[in-house]
Amino acid sequence: MKRFLLFLPLIVFLLVGIFLYKGLSMDPSARESALIGQPLPEFSLPRLTNPNLLVTREDLMGEVFLLNVWGSWCPSCYDEHEEIVRMAQAGVPIVGLNYKDEPAKAFRYLSQLGNPYTQILVEEDGLRELAFNLGVYGAPETFLIDSEGIVRYHLAGVITPQLVDQVIMPEVQKWQKNR
Amino acid sequence: MEVLYLPEFGQFALILALAMACVQAFLPLIGSFTRQPLWLAYAQPAAWAQFTLLAISFVLLSLSFLFDDFSLAYTAANSNSALPWFYKLSAVWGAHEGSLLLWLLILAGWTFAVSLSRGLPAEVLARVLSVLGFVSVGMLLFVVFTSNPFDRILPRIPVDGADLNPLLQDPGLIFHPPLLYMGYVGFAVTFAFALAALWSGQLDSAWARWSRPWTTSAWAFLTVGIALGSWWAYYELGWGGWWFWDPVENASLMPWLTGTALMHSLAITEKRGVFKSWTLLLAIFTFSLSLVGFFLVRSGVLNSVHAFANDPERGFFLLILLAVTVGASLLVYALRVPNLKARVSYSLLSKDVLLLANNLILVISSIMVLLGTLYPLILDALGSGKISVGPPYFNALFVPLMLLLGVFMGLGPLTDWKQMQWQKLKKKIWLAGVITLVLGFAVLPWVYDGEWHLYVALGLTLVLWIFTTSFRDLWEASRTKKGWLGISRSRLGMFFGHLGAALIVLGVTMVSNYGEERDLRMQIDQPVEVKGYQFTLKKLIHREGPNYIADRAIVEVHNPKGRLINTLTPEKRLYTVRGMPMTQVAIEWGFLKDIYVAMGEELTADAWAMRVHYKPFVRWLWLGALIAALGGVLAITDRRYSSKKAQEQLTAINKGGV
Repeated sequence: MKRFLLFLPLIVFLLVGIFLYKGLSMDPSARESALIGQPLPEFSLPRLTNPNLLVTREDLMGEVFLLNVWGSWCPSCYDEHEEIVRMAQAGVPIVGLNYKDEPAKAFRYLSQLGNPYTQILVEEDGLRELAFNLGVYGAPETFLIDSEGIVRYHLAGVITPQLVDQVIMPEVQKWQKNR
Repeated sequence: MEVLYLPEFGQFALILALAMACVQAFLPLIGSFTRQPLWLAYAQPAAWAQFTLLAISFVLLSLSFLFDDFSLAYTAANSNSALPWFYKLSAVWGAHEGSLLLWLLILAGWTFAVSLSRGLPAEVLARVLSVLGFVSVGMLLFVVFTSNPFDRILPRIPVDGADLNPLLQDPGLIFHPPLLYMGYVGFAVTFAFALAALWSGQLDSAWARWSRPWTTSAWAFLTVGIALGSWWAYYELGWGGWWFWDPVENASLMPWLTGTALMHSLAITEKRGVFKSWTLLLAIFTFSLSLVGFFLVRSGVLNSVHAFANDPERGFFLLILLAVTVGASLLVYALRVPNLKARVSYSLLSKDVLLLANNLILVISSIMVLLGTLYPLILDALGSGKISVGPPYFNALFVPLMLLLGVFMGLGPLTDWKQMQWQKLKKKIWLAGVITLVLGFAVLPWVYDGEWHLYVALGLTLVLWIFTTSFRDLWEASRTKKGWLGISRSRLGMFFGHLGAALIVLGVTMVSNYGEERDLRMQIDQPVEVKGYQFTLKKLIHREGPNYIADRAIVEVHNPKGRLINTLTPEKRLYTVRGMPMTQVAIEWGFLKDIYVAMGEELTADAWAMRVHYKPFVRWLWLGALIAALGGVLAITDRRYSSKKAQEQLTAINKGGV
């Protein structure tokens, strides 16, 4: 019996190890999205191309779309841009949210890489509107919003080709069908 | 500037270091089974060679940073030609690959120091070095195969680097990681001593004596490292907090808690020869928790403000490493710990038992922190939701445990080993008890704002209790022929260690109960008031730094009497390379309070949202940690470890042993 007790620390450690192993294959950022199933917050933001025109939540309703948070200052946004272009070409409406950026730099970014967005909203640094209420803490982040305006999927981090093919596109099609 | 081949030499040195680590790990192992002294003797020179090679590798990487060699992927991602030279150097350990190299260099440094220690029997030394060699082999394999800092990006070399993360461009962060690693990795030495003892089966108190100074030094480094990190978070993150229960902070706190327990438990084992198997287990736990923390930070299983580059391959490799190191050592423990029936007896009221209580509280605290940190992960793995527990959980469990610990901290030093008469103890503590209860519970909590708060009363009572009992102990120690000068360094060390803990409690109590935080709109020449202090925004300036542009506010602070006490200049910086905004807070600091101003966002051309904090006694937290670490230093320099007599004693033990 005493011998068995001595093995106890090892057994406990192995149990912890199993959880750590499971943890490796889980996405920690997915854990954060308390927003899934919640309606997209209300907002009123200017467009990048026409700052005088304010866009609100209601203007975007009616179809399934992706909301992509990006900025010219964010290196990973350059990495995922190709995938965003690919999805846009496949017919997915993608709304950009230009986050903590300067218009001049944002335009340069788009002219270099192409503009896949149906429209681009601007949220300046310090403005507490959409990104703040969505709990965005960096860029890139991507949200899938259904035609009723409910957040259905959230990704904090870079969109990869595998994610597009295996997760995002199937999700988009699933919510388009549910309509 | 591009320096040809330096990185290749660096990588070559790294690979050779791996070879040397293998020699250091395996030859003594074989030698100890085949009883060949020659093979055992390889451990020492291999350790020296490994240290030299890692140092070369580290210096070459640093040179690549100094010379702006952006053909290295690591340099390109973490440095920039506009960076001041000292940040170029600290950028070496600013991200995953380089900090691993620093980790390895520090491990090799500790190993080198151990290999020079006098009075260790050759066979014990060889075993200890062998265990350290195994740790090093694992980590070197990890670096060479998954995290090579010398990877080149060829042929398209970037014109300039992506800059060091602006959060890390701060003097505190130059020293924080090295100190922290000195602590984490230092526990590897105690771990190695424990495994060597299990391996040889020589479980006398000698190994406890050998391990003690190493454990205490690692503990002192870790204490200062954590304090520096907390101080950095306080003034650099701009949130005004000093502890966030972030997974990475928890990762450093867990080994600190068990390390503190280990330090005390080693004392019992050395002095009284009891609790041997418990002490061995603690030694294994402490280093294992350092590794678990390392895994949590680097593998990306948890989200944290400190998140390092996450990569599933690395995470998997690290988990294997963790499983092998911890699993193997716990297996060795289970198989080799003899059923030690201590022949020494002790009564319920004795220093032995009080120290055991201290140990249990510290270990429970550590397990609780581990559970809280892993909780979101465990829940997610079980498929029952995505919840994290956060500060309320930690505070609710940690505060009562620490209060309890404080009670024992006062009693322990005044109690005798083996057995203590309650009457005798009562005689020693009644005065301290009365002073504590009257002042701490009934008088002092009213002083600050004329109201009585339970948590202030509890906190201050505890502070006074530790103070009075510690002074009583010191006074007793001085009643020898030599008087106050005759107090041994280790006794003084304990005094300062406990005093430091009391100061930390004081700081925490005051700042948590009386601190104030306000978000305000400040307009030019329109004063606002917080806690009686008047803040007037005088001017807004735009200025340019070497690698950032900044908005600076000039804020005049008047005290409640209307006198100008300081002009503060907080800044909002934009680091241009990464486009990352940073808050540079301005602090009017004092021993009794800090006034802390951070810039939020611009509201109009002449108005900003500002955050003003009033933080009473917050400095005492870090001061307490420094004093506690000083206690550790005093304990290490005790004559016991260096005097001739002690050396002779050791030699006598060695002759008897081996």
